[in-house]
Amino acid sequence: MTAVATPPPAGPAPGAAPGTGQEPGTADSAGGGRRSRRGLTPYWLLLPAGLWLAVFFVAPLFYQASTSVQSGSLEEGFRVTWQFSNYTDALGTYGEHFLRSFGYAAVATALCLLIGYPLAYMIAVRAGRWRNLLLVLVIAPFFTSFLIRTLAWKTILSDGGPVVAVLSSLHILDVTGWLGLTGDDRVLATPLAVVCGLTYNFLPFMILPLYSSLERMDTSLLEAARDLYATPSTTFRKVTFPLSLPGVVAGTLLTFIPASGDYINAQLLGSPNEQMVGNAIQKQFLNVLDYPTAAAMSFILMALILIMVSGYLRKAGTEELV
Amino acid sequence: MDLFEGLPEPVAKAWERSLTTGRAAMSRRRLLRAASLAAAGSTLAACGIPPAAGDKSGTAPEDAPDHSREEKVLNFANWPLYIDVDEKNKKKRPTLDRFERESGIKVKYIEDINDNNEFYGKIKPQLAAGQDTGRDLVCLTDWMAGRIIRQGWAQRLDPANLPHAVTNLEDRFRAAAHDPGRQYSYPWAGTACVVAYNKKATKGKKVTSVTQLLEDESLKGRISMLTEMTDTIGLTLLDMGVDSEHFSADDFDAAVARIQKAVDRRQLRRFSGNDYMDELNSGDIAACLAWAGDVVQLQFDNPDVEFAVPDQGYLFGTDDLLVPAKARHRSNAEALIDYYYQPKEAAELAAWVNYICPVTGAQAEMEKIDKELADAPLIFPDARMIAKGKNFRPMSAKEEARFEEKFSKLIGA
Repeated sequence: MTAVATPPPAGPAPGAAPGTGQEPGTADSAGGGRRSRRGLTPYWLLLPAGLWLAVFFVAPLFYQASTSVQSGSLEEGFRVTWQFSNYTDALGTYGEHFLRSFGYAAVATALCLLIGYPLAYMIAVRAGRWRNLLLVLVIAPFFTSFLIRTLAWKTILSDGGPVVAVLSSLHILDVTGWLGLTGDDRVLATPLAVVCGLTYNFLPFMILPLYSSLERMDTSLLEAARDLYATPSTTFRKVTFPLSLPGVVAGTLLTFIPASGDYINAQLLGSPNEQMVGNAIQKQFLNVLDYPTAAAMSFILMALILIMVSGYLRKAGTEELV
Repeated sequence: MDLFEGLPEPVAKAWERSLTTGRAAMSRRRLLRAASLAAAGSTLAACGIPPAAGDKSGTAPEDAPDHSREEKVLNFANWPLYIDVDEKNKKKRPTLDRFERESGIKVKYIEDINDNNEFYGKIKPQLAAGQDTGRDLVCLTDWMAGRIIRQGWAQRLDPANLPHAVTNLEDRFRAAAHDPGRQYSYPWAGTACVVAYNKKATKGKKVTSVTQLLEDESLKGRISMLTEMTDTIGLTLLDMGVDSEHFSADDFDAAVARIQKAVDRRQLRRFSGNDYMDELNSGDIAACLAWAGDVVQLQFDNPDVEFAVPDQGYLFGTDDLLVPAKARHRSNAEALIDYYYQPKEAAELAAWVNYICPVTGAQAEMEKIDKELADAPLIFPDARMIAKGKNFRPMSAKEEARFEEKFSKLIGA
């Protein structure tokens, strides 16, 4: 790690280099040395992140990959036996959990987009001097822990609480009950609570990227659209939305990926019928002590997310979104 | 570079022999090439997790270096709300503070056990690697204490350092199946898992059995059971007329199937750890499986909360103190265990935590503190109450894993 802390030895500062380094005819020894050092600069810059990834991403991933093909038990020890049936078993047993996770995550992502887009637009385009304050308000929930905020929802949504009473008297719970999202006149321990919890917790991750791409949008384009007799909805469809696509893509990814692996919301706000794949992995690790299956499930989750995300990115055409 | 560099002489020689003669003989070049080709695969393969040491040798008292004499400290990990605190200053713990004064041992009391499995996950890597966990004394439920003892990760206690504990431990706690003769562990408190309900939420209806929890329509979506397998399955078995101390794998499956049916009908709101108390208090959970001590504590604040001991019996267990392998301060830990086995200290502790007191003579001391508590059947059970308490039978490692798997599928994951 010391190499990270100390700058590249001696040599000219990158900014000062061009004058000398680019002269082709200078002596091989001095000029060549400088050139090669300059050539190394990008690698030095990559080093901290590279080391970080190697230690905290590649190594654990590698370890888990190994675990996922082991067999055995805690008492006898686990040995690598290339037992790929761990994967098929996990999919067979917990397929429902995978489906549920992706379903909940998809709905939560869609809700985040529906709620977050107008808000991000308002902050970016119309907020004027309130902009900074509104942005702080969006980030404010991060000042308390994720866990505490979710626990707070338990109190807010409790059966005897005012929220449920209002929803119930407005017959909203009848509608959600008919949709299969709630049952028995309560919100907690239903799919609705889990999806709302996910939406709530990941909303800022949707708003911030949306805001940053909407904020950079050239508003004169909107004026131009108006001059060309585009209706507001056409302007949105043809100008605003395409320009904000990078934010939409970033926001949906930042919401969907962590939401599908989340287990806190299902654990605190759901019933046994709403458990997600994160819960299943946690139980395999801590209660069943079946590390191979747990590792295999983590890999399946990663692989499925990767497949979905790459399909999505291809559809969204990232090459235009830089 | 020598291939066998750094290896002890005989080992190196043996390696050399096996590589130069016999089937493993390969030219060095082929060896190196094969090694680099197989690198990825073999490193993956080398990552296995070693068996939970059956190495009992490290657990004998004389083998674990005890630094108690030089270091007058003790790291004690316990569950939250499981020790007496001063009414006015919650930071003060009267019995523990007195222990520190009398013994001169500085106790670092950490409430970092919230769930047996979770805590096991936390300390297991160090125990498996033969390292000190940083905790000299931990409090774990009997089945988990049994697992740690079985794996050779607990230090044998020295009876010479436990005069009070040896004499004052109630007889019925001595024959524990997971630690016969109490060589490794002493109970901190006994637990009783019973049925609890919130009168207001059930509209005055009494809930007294697991059958009612699982089948009463009026409680739909408002009952909870515990994530502790032994308690939930144990009580369900008792309710089905099966003895939780002698049941078969089929009985276990039947109990799981019975609860699964209730889960499918959405009768259960959730499976909870220690955190059911808030919801029972608010009435979101109308009735549930609960630990009696918790309920008694809760009753002080909320008179609507009641508990019932099912006719078929309740599930009885203990939370045991034990010293993890390689802990540095075994004698200090023994001093603390022994301190809490003095009747006066035990009574003071029980008066606060309201769990079953395992100490002979504490009941007489309790009379001086609080007459009512001295007669409380859930702190000092009478013969009838004792007879109703059933243990969960001990399980082999394989069986435990199988049961845990079925149970964790049941609780939704």
